[in-house]
Amino acid sequence: MRYVDEFRDHALAKRLAATIAAEVDPGRDYRLMEFCGGHTHAIFRYGVQQLMPPRLRFVHGPGCPVCVLPMARIDQAIALTERHGVTLCTYGDLMRVPGGDRRTLFQARAEGADVRMVYSTQDALRIAREQPGREVVFFAIGFETTTPPTAVALEQARAEGLANFSVFCNHVLTPPALAAILADGARIDAILGPSHVSTLIGTAPYAFVPEQHRLPLVIAGFEPLDVMQSTLMLVRQINAGTARVENQYRRAVSESGNRKAQALMARVFRVRERFAWRGLGEIAESALELAPEFAEFDAERRFPVECAPAREPRGCECPAILRGEKRPTECRLFGTGCTPAHPLGACMVSSEGACAAYWSYGRTRDRAAAG
Amino acid sequence: MTSQSSPHTPLDLDHGRVEMTHGAGGRAMDQLIDGIFRRHLDNPLLAQGNDQARFAVPPGRLAMSTDGHVVSPLFFPGGDIGALAVHGTVNDLAMGGAQPLHLSAGFIIEEGFALAALDRIVASMARAAREAGVTVVTGDTKVVERGKGDGVFITTTGLGVVPEGIELSGERARPGDAIVLSGGIGEHGVAILAQREHLGFATGVRSDSAALHGLVAAMLAAVPGLRCLRDPTRGGLAACLNELARQSGVGMQIREAAIPVHPEVAAACELLGLDPLHIANEGKLVAICPPERVDDLLAAMRAHPLGAAASHIGEVVEDTLRLVQMETGFGGSRVVDWLTGEQLPRIC
Repeated sequence: MRYVDEFRDHALAKRLAATIAAEVDPGRDYRLMEFCGGHTHAIFRYGVQQLMPPRLRFVHGPGCPVCVLPMARIDQAIALTERHGVTLCTYGDLMRVPGGDRRTLFQARAEGADVRMVYSTQDALRIAREQPGREVVFFAIGFETTTPPTAVALEQARAEGLANFSVFCNHVLTPPALAAILADGARIDAILGPSHVSTLIGTAPYAFVPEQHRLPLVIAGFEPLDVMQSTLMLVRQINAGTARVENQYRRAVSESGNRKAQALMARVFRVRERFAWRGLGEIAESALELAPEFAEFDAERRFPVECAPAREPRGCECPAILRGEKRPTECRLFGTGCTPAHPLGACMVSSEGACAAYWSYGRTRDRAAAG
Repeated sequence: MTSQSSPHTPLDLDHGRVEMTHGAGGRAMDQLIDGIFRRHLDNPLLAQGNDQARFAVPPGRLAMSTDGHVVSPLFFPGGDIGALAVHGTVNDLAMGGAQPLHLSAGFIIEEGFALAALDRIVASMARAAREAGVTVVTGDTKVVERGKGDGVFITTTGLGVVPEGIELSGERARPGDAIVLSGGIGEHGVAILAQREHLGFATGVRSDSAALHGLVAAMLAAVPGLRCLRDPTRGGLAACLNELARQSGVGMQIREAAIPVHPEVAAACELLGLDPLHIANEGKLVAICPPERVDDLLAAMRAHPLGAAASHIGEVVEDTLRLVQMETGFGGSRVVDWLTGEQLPRIC
């Protein structure tokens, strides 16, 4: 596959691994947090951790939108279908996420709720056009990357006068979440910065990381060679004692990002005062809601549904794992009460979550270490 | 499929539709059976015209298997539900080393389904059966009200005979055995996915739907001591290997670079965030073989059209955790787990 295989080249990976191994200081630890679930997935799927020297460890961050979605929002989505009888359109990975009372959208559908799995916002618009008699709600989640498609759908709906379409908005913002983790005193030495998110917002919003926290950050692509090259850049910064924002993902990310998409987002959304992140708690100005001009397409206004905040399962270490303080295997629920087939905690519910990736791909290494 | 005499007015195969009366046991049903099923599937056992087919069986152990088919869409590049209903059951028999003999076919048809489409499906089923050397000897037709089905569902049951000396079973994999895959993975699942209209992307990928018993016969002739065979259908290669590992109480170590994946399958998976290891196949098999015979096995497979791309993908290893592990093409290693949840419904 052209433009993909080049970034997964075995020989280049070996050379990069040798360079990293030669440059690390054997007397110290290197704790690199990858913010994005996409990086977590790549690290596990391609076995990048095993190519690293023993004292260089990837710490898995909270950048998995499904993982950080509060359980109460799942309850609200289920209530939309059951109490208001709407057709709920959702991305597939939300279907299995349990809400506060352990119910999922899959279960709600089996019990009669009209829940449709879609691949894009355009599918949801099409369903709304085809079924003018049904209220069609798009369950919007994701970081900055998935926000412009939702904005486009909303502008289209307004232009077409598609009165039966609305959006249940759960879009969240990366920089405030990163700031919250760092303010909490996460024990890390450097950050692998977001890939796709940065194509939208650019590199400038990360300036606070070196300025306020003295930590190096490298914007890294999602391919395994991107991760390794970015790791080398971070190792060099750590060794030199510098803290700068660097951009490894130059083929897609600029300093100012995608201004057209930013303008679109600014037209359609505004920043929420607060949003509760699963595992991280309430973070001020960390999420988006529909701007007043789009209020008529806001499912939360059209179908008010109150749901009590859900309590996290007892014994779940997700908050500590999402902040990089603990590893999945340090949770007593991991692999016993909590598996990808029956997820309890936030980090197990999506394949991009640290626990799910660990369970699905990573059990070998721990076993080798233990044995 | 009992029949009196042929009705005088023929079915309108161009514009006609299935009606409730076609499943009611009366003249209309008889007409449907004569005009479509018997016309295409004709053979002496079906022509007996009784409520059951009666036949003598050759010596050996009988093998029996059943498979329901609900694929959507009904027609897809490289196949359709009719051919798939033959291949699915023939392959389940073949994985036990059985020579398939006869099939039964149960049709559940939705009211309003076009007779032309039904005719096409049954013709394709007949062609697949002919090519596979099996006969459909008995059948059943039911019609359900509009909205209670989705076009047509087909259940086939197959009967075959396992020759003396063949002992294939999922619990026979032993540490040191070689793991062999007959060809590229993920083609059926991606062909179906590409057809689903709401995805709106086109690929040239065709389903690999095929009957594998000919390939199996060639493999058993070359290596009678084969340990086990399994076709990686739903859940893909990952599920298939995990099933065998669990059944045999062993682990597996495979090499990603040795697993053939058609470039278009790889590209479609890349776009949709899917793992080819989890995508369904309908014309591939996994063989576990004593290590000293793997070259003979590969030679026999590659001499057969359905095994031309056969590849030695790894080894059975000792492992109390029964994990399937893979050396990635990138040079790292990872666990290959079962698919969690529903990746793609109604693929077969």
